[in-house]
Amino acid sequence: MSNENQTPAKKLTLKENYALMTRDLGWETSYQPMDEVFRYLKFEGIKIHDWEKWEDPFRLTMDAYWKYQGEKERKLYAIMDAFQQNNGQFNVTDVRYIQALKVFIQGFSLIEYTSHRGFNIMSRELAGVGPRIAAEMQALDELRHTQTQIHTLSQYNRYFAGMEEFPYMFDRTWYLSIPKSFFEDAVTGGPFEFIVAISFALEYLLTNLVFMPWMSGAAYNGDMATVTFGFSAQSDEARHMTLGLEIVKFLLEQDPANVPLVQKWIDKWFWRGYRVLALVSAMMDYMLPKRVMPWCEAFEIYFEQNGGALFADLARYGIRMPKHYEVAIKEKGRISHELWSIFYQYRDAAGFHPWLPSEEEMDWFSEKYPDTFDKLYRPRYEYWRQLEKEGRPFINSNLPQLCQICQWPMLFSEPDDPTQTCYRETEYKEEKFHFCSDGCKDIFCDEPEKYVNAWLPVHQIYQGNCLLEGVDPTAPGFNPLAEALKYMGIKPGIDGGSLSASADAHNWEAWTGRPHNSHEGMVTEPAAKAA
Amino acid sequence: MSTIAITPDYHGEMKDSVENFNGNQVLNIGWDQHMLFAAPICIPVPPQMPFGALVKEVLPSLYGAHPDFAKIQWDDVEWLSSGAAFKPDHAKSLAENGLVHKAVLRFRTPGLTGIKGSYN
Repeated sequence: MSNENQTPAKKLTLKENYALMTRDLGWETSYQPMDEVFRYLKFEGIKIHDWEKWEDPFRLTMDAYWKYQGEKERKLYAIMDAFQQNNGQFNVTDVRYIQALKVFIQGFSLIEYTSHRGFNIMSRELAGVGPRIAAEMQALDELRHTQTQIHTLSQYNRYFAGMEEFPYMFDRTWYLSIPKSFFEDAVTGGPFEFIVAISFALEYLLTNLVFMPWMSGAAYNGDMATVTFGFSAQSDEARHMTLGLEIVKFLLEQDPANVPLVQKWIDKWFWRGYRVLALVSAMMDYMLPKRVMPWCEAFEIYFEQNGGALFADLARYGIRMPKHYEVAIKEKGRISHELWSIFYQYRDAAGFHPWLPSEEEMDWFSEKYPDTFDKLYRPRYEYWRQLEKEGRPFINSNLPQLCQICQWPMLFSEPDDPTQTCYRETEYKEEKFHFCSDGCKDIFCDEPEKYVNAWLPVHQIYQGNCLLEGVDPTAPGFNPLAEALKYMGIKPGIDGGSLSASADAHNWEAWTGRPHNSHEGMVTEPAAKAA
Repeated sequence: MSTIAITPDYHGEMKDSVENFNGNQVLNIGWDQHMLFAAPICIPVPPQMPFGALVKEVLPSLYGAHPDFAKIQWDDVEWLSSGAAFKPDHAKSLAENGLVHKAVLRFRTPGLTGIKGSYN
């Protein structure tokens, strides 16, 4: 094309615009071989023959991206302003809901940030321009999610405990090593493992379990700020999910040798993701004062039905359902109850205030979990309620054994026996390693060199590595567990402990005149309101 | 299988080797079919501790709050180490009983079925 006889440029079609703003931005390097520029594409064993075969389902260019996201931000922040000016934090059902927000900011917001880092690496390391640009946009999305979650919850942070130190806690608190180790495991995999792990197994297969039922739970409980954040993020999530499916199909179509590798990562990351999302089961079943649907039902819709259809579709590539999915199905009637029992008995070491379900809630559980609740969990809760009534509440003051892979306490029961803890172990280099499930054990046995290095909070405490600077473990009266909690950013009596005795509960009743727990009534005298 | 890594001979640090526990070893303990304690308990113990002392002095501080605990007939208790039945010698140390670092010691109490027979 020559510069002479130039006529005014005509407006580009969308297709031309997309080509110029994405594919045309890449080139074959000449000073350095491509393998030197993209150094991490071969070691995992994935074979890519033609990056141009990558189809971007959204054909989004950076200018359009900024425009869409800018519009969403303006709407979100307008609602956040209104929420703050109207003291929206007091319009939620009761202070139990706010405990769920603490779990959200402590556990989820920084995995969004780690995901941002992971997709930055992808946007550098993938050799195709299409996926690189998609990864760059997702990196920005994830950063935006972290930021908007922090801004959404900042209003709650002004009034309630447990939120102000969330980045400090994320790196230290015992139960936050669960989401943290999950994402660090993904980021330290190769680029192809990362993208299958996060874009496919997590985003495509599992995040609907967070976004659909959980966000409708926020709406139902009057939290307009979180719902608006949810809507603002949902369109990003839809794009991420499509990217995930596209990536997997691309890898499978490029070379038949990729199929077993992709299957292995789907197996691994389905199980890893499912274990992390177990936290959501407890949030949905126990932490929403007004419930939307039980975990078991959400799991049926969003995993068994939707996931089943997806894998039926992938069967033509030779991909089957993730290994151990049948165990996840067996666990759906118990997992939320097993988790909540852990949080309740370790409430003094939690960064939020757990409580016991009310009579009314137990009846709801009996109806929704007819096969398990009355037999296994009602007697437990009724016993604990009785002890609370007698003024000697049940507490577990000894640290739990942890799973080497998912890092949850070993709280899960045998797939075929809900009355018995599931123990699995193996030996490696003359040392024993323990797991909560066959899923976690398989992951270890496949890469023991990686997982011997896991930072298990309980073992770290016993090794003396969880102490603030200047604390002397030889001093008289040294209490290792109390010191470990301080190190983990949990202020005893403020961040954890029983809900009814908490400052959150008392402040809530004083500020709103409503009970801290709408199922149990007030814990403070009405007169306190005037103070 | 082994880790596929950029560095061919990659090996992570063995974070929980016994040397890191200041003379103690880790012992995991679980009471079978008693889910009230929602996970097995992990404690640091000196390997020289006699097994009898573990039963008499340590277990009550872990599980004494359970109403079944006082009813345990210790002579009838079935012990498991790493899932296999074993007969501990109460006079001998944990180490001499073969309970190595990070062992899992489980006990079964036949006839005791937890709160209202719910295995809690």
